Amino acid sequence: MKPLAADRSESAFEDGKPAYTATQAAAEANRCLYCYDAPCIKACPTAIDIPTFIRKIGTGNLRGSAKTIFDSNILGMSCARVCPVEVLCVGDCVYNHMGVPPIQIGRLQRYATDAAFDKGWPLYEAGPDSGKSVGLVGGGPASLAAAHRLRMLGHAVTIYESRPTLGGLNTTGVAPYKMPAARSMDEVEWILSIGGIEVQTGVSVPADLSWAELERRHDALFIGIGLGPDSRLGAEGEQLSGVQGAVEWIEEMKLGLVDLSTVRRALVIGGGNTAIDAVRELRGLGVPDVRLVYRGQEEAMSGYRHEWLAARKEGVSAHWGTQPVAFRGEGRVQAVRCLKLDADKRPIPGSEHELEADLVLLAIGQGKLASLVQDLVGVGVSGGRIQADSRGATGRLGVYAGGDCVNGGKEVVNAAAMGRDAALAIHEYLSLGA
Amino acid sequence: MADLTTTCAGITSPNPFWLASAPPTNSGEQVHRAFDAGWGGAVWKTLGQPIQNVSSRFGAIGYRGTPGVGFNNIELITDRPLEANFREIAEVKKRWPKHAVIASLMVETREEWKEIIARSEDAGADGIELNFGCPHGMCERGMGSAVGQEPKVNERITGWAKEFARVPVLVKLTPNVGDIVPHGMAAQRGGADGVSLINTIKSIIGVDLDRLVPNPRVGERSSNGGYCGAAVRPIALHMTAALARHPDFRIPISGIGGITNWRDAAEFLALGASSVQVCTEVMLRGYRIVGDMIEGLNTYMDERGFQTLDDLIGKAVPAYSDWGDLDLNYEIVAKIDANTCIGCQLCMVACHDGAHQCIHPSPNAEVRVPVVDEAECVGCNLCQIVCPVQGCITMEQVDNGHGPASWNQHVEEGAVLRAKKGSHG
Ligand SMILES: Cc1cc2nc3c(=O)[nH]c(=O)nc-3n(C[C@H](O)[C@H](O)[C@H](O)COP(=O)(O)OP(=O)(O)OC[C@H]3O[C@@H](n4cnc5c(N)ncnc54)[C@H](O)[C@@H]3O)c2cc1C
Ligand SMILES: Cc1cc2nc3c(=O)[nH]c(=O)nc-3n(C[C@H](O)[C@H](O)[C@H](O)COP(=O)(O)O)c2cc1C
Ligand code: SF4
Repeated sequence: MKPLAADRSESAFEDGKPAYTATQAAAEANRCLYCYDAPCIKACPTAIDIPTFIRKIGTGNLRGSAKTIFDSNILGMSCARVCPVEVLCVGDCVYNHMGVPPIQIGRLQRYATDAAFDKGWPLYEAGPDSGKSVGLVGGGPASLAAAHRLRMLGHAVTIYESRPTLGGLNTTGVAPYKMPAARSMDEVEWILSIGGIEVQTGVSVPADLSWAELERRHDALFIGIGLGPDSRLGAEGEQLSGVQGAVEWIEEMKLGLVDLSTVRRALVIGGGNTAIDAVRELRGLGVPDVRLVYRGQEEAMSGYRHEWLAARKEGVSAHWGTQPVAFRGEGRVQAVRCLKLDADKRPIPGSEHELEADLVLLAIGQGKLASLVQDLVGVGVSGGRIQADSRGATGRLGVYAGGDCVNGGKEVVNAAAMGRDAALAIHEYLSLGA
Repeated sequence: MADLTTTCAGITSPNPFWLASAPPTNSGEQVHRAFDAGWGGAVWKTLGQPIQNVSSRFGAIGYRGTPGVGFNNIELITDRPLEANFREIAEVKKRWPKHAVIASLMVETREEWKEIIARSEDAGADGIELNFGCPHGMCERGMGSAVGQEPKVNERITGWAKEFARVPVLVKLTPNVGDIVPHGMAAQRGGADGVSLINTIKSIIGVDLDRLVPNPRVGERSSNGGYCGAAVRPIALHMTAALARHPDFRIPISGIGGITNWRDAAEFLALGASSVQVCTEVMLRGYRIVGDMIEGLNTYMDERGFQTLDDLIGKAVPAYSDWGDLDLNYEIVAKIDANTCIGCQLCMVACHDGAHQCIHPSPNAEVRVPVVDEAECVGCNLCQIVCPVQGCITMEQVDNGHGPASWNQHVEEGAVLRAKKGSHG
């Protein structure tokens, strides 16, 4: 795996939610009611036993606390930072019904998992060798969770990743004020420390390595290839420099340097979480005028409300009901031609206008990579998503899938849960086949 | 991983965590679930002539939003038929042969003791515990703490039990005595294989000020009850240690009283208990707390290099000494870490009003970090106790040039004591 570049634009960001001190952690942990059959557990896609890990922080059993977290979710460290806890565990804390601030579960989870990383507690060992081998395509959260669980169960695993680094969007996509790429790499290293996870980077399947060859090498396969590149509008002038996919730009910003010195005004097209991340990142890197351009109204944004409110507080403005139709500029973009849309998203006649911009990021979704699996007869694809049952089994024997490529793009924690559960299903399949 | 296998008074269990005789051990169905959760043993809810209980039964005090810091009850021994209890003990033992099941018993006459011990053994109990501790209701009937408070009666009944029992006999002591030692010694003389302590402390948990009736209220009356829960732990720790350090006391101790987590349990073990029992914390939070207790104790022992419980049991007892043997020349002073101080000045008011007036405002009016006058600081710990920031106030030893000298050495050998501090003479 390639190490990260030393100079990265993302380094400009500070921790959005800084680490707790021991005093803060104890105060927050002791506030937890230790609910029975707790709603926060149900709200966590990986079903971490949250009251138990928090109680263990309170009793000083920090190692046990970390173990409780990792037992359910081996990506518990990154999830502690990147999960939208407001709509997951924290949102369901019973304190919300009491008018009392809910327990800061993410920050407590970070406290325990950071300690495990710092102390290097050896919490997991690979299981006794099963003689079986599993190939994992893609090295993001879904595959990492699957790989770790498969190693615990004694299977040999190899991860094939097209990029130079592992971690998927956890490394290349999540907002740096939540987690910098370097921390994602720490997590990759921690997961690999179970031993025996072979990693082949720079391998794109099936271009560099065919499915047939993978099936020859392994007893089972897991597909965790995530989503494809940013979607394009297909509008005139979109090829101008300064018009770029948001996910692609974020990756450049996180892994290397982006030059914003000449950017006075940036527009981000879209209303989802990637769009909100992008506007906050542009503001954070000092772009004076950052605006969101969204075809719907504010209430209809698919991005999280709490994230948008934070963006607004940071000085981001928005053009609602606005549809870009063309880009104007000479070599580099100078303006975006837009139409106003009515409540039913129909163009309003005569509403055409221009918004000036020196940078436009397109955050209107990511393409689906599912076409890559067309050679795998039996693996169903629908709406660009790979079809799999609740435990990750596809229609082809021995081929499993999980994460964004199956659910169409959710959160890291969903990918972690799907990877883990698919590993258990693969284990059953391999055990039966023995 | 350390080995938590436990032997206390000849009774073995996979770990030292036992449920105390109380509502959590009222029935077989509960004990099955408790063992499933990880508990190593259970002392069955006291068996005897089934009684009729009152409603309500419990009271509690909270402190600053934490409910149940202290807990009180006026319930009596089992109200379930003896046949049902013995049948369930047999079922539990069948499914959990390696776990400790101890029958807590309370009856009156020699004949009754003989019969109930025989029935307990027939059911497969690994040991019996004589309940000489209940401080309400049963003592009015001449049992419970009425026995535990009279060393002679304690010794006599323990003697009967030993005469009839083939399995080990634990005597559960009441803390409602001036000095626990004569009562532990009485059990030892009676032949007990070990003692369990403490049972609950006689208490009134509070008063309903609207009705002017004490709590817990039974209609328009109440009665004194038994106090337990986290608040009683220091009393129980002392009684455990008082017996453990006594040169003539030689039988094992099962420590009880206010245990809420692995740390509390480790403290009892360090002060001489070889198993621990828990009631209130399980009543408040459920059997599930034992997972952390096992894991936390294990990690602690691994970190300390303790392989078995024997490496921990009683290890703090030698350091429990008489006041007269403490080193009067040992001197510590408080240090405040300006980097972590949040400027609440709780230490300052505590020292000024409750200690020795040696924490003062900073000479710089802009700064809220107080300063300690180390020349006056007596090293009492009060400021550290009130400080809300972990590790902000530390107590550090100073070299005053004096060698160690205790009060006893001063009186007997004329050892020289350092000058007094903070007495504002
Ligand atoms: C900008 C952005 C911000 C986000 N922020 C958050 C957040 O704050 N919190 C949160 O929980 N979630 C966030 N998400 C979503 C989250 O990152 C994903 O849900 C999660 O990473 C999905 O994991 P995965 O393993 O399924 O896919 P990915 O993380 O996409 O990993 C897939 C991996 O497969 C590799 N790959 C792809 N094709 C091939 C191939 N043909 N051969 C070999 N390898 C291949 C890719 O290079 C990649 O490394 C964000 C997403 C984006 C785009
Ligand atoms: C509701 C209640 C009922 C109890 N019943 C008994 C009993 O039947 N026999 C007995 O020996 N002790 C009984 N106890 C005392 C407990 O076993 C234990 O000694 C005491 O509560 C101290 O431990 P704790 O602080 O962990 O609760 C009872 C305690 C409570 C709270
Ligand atoms: S705890 Fe159960 S038995 Fe007791 S009062 Fe409440 S419902 Fe009734």
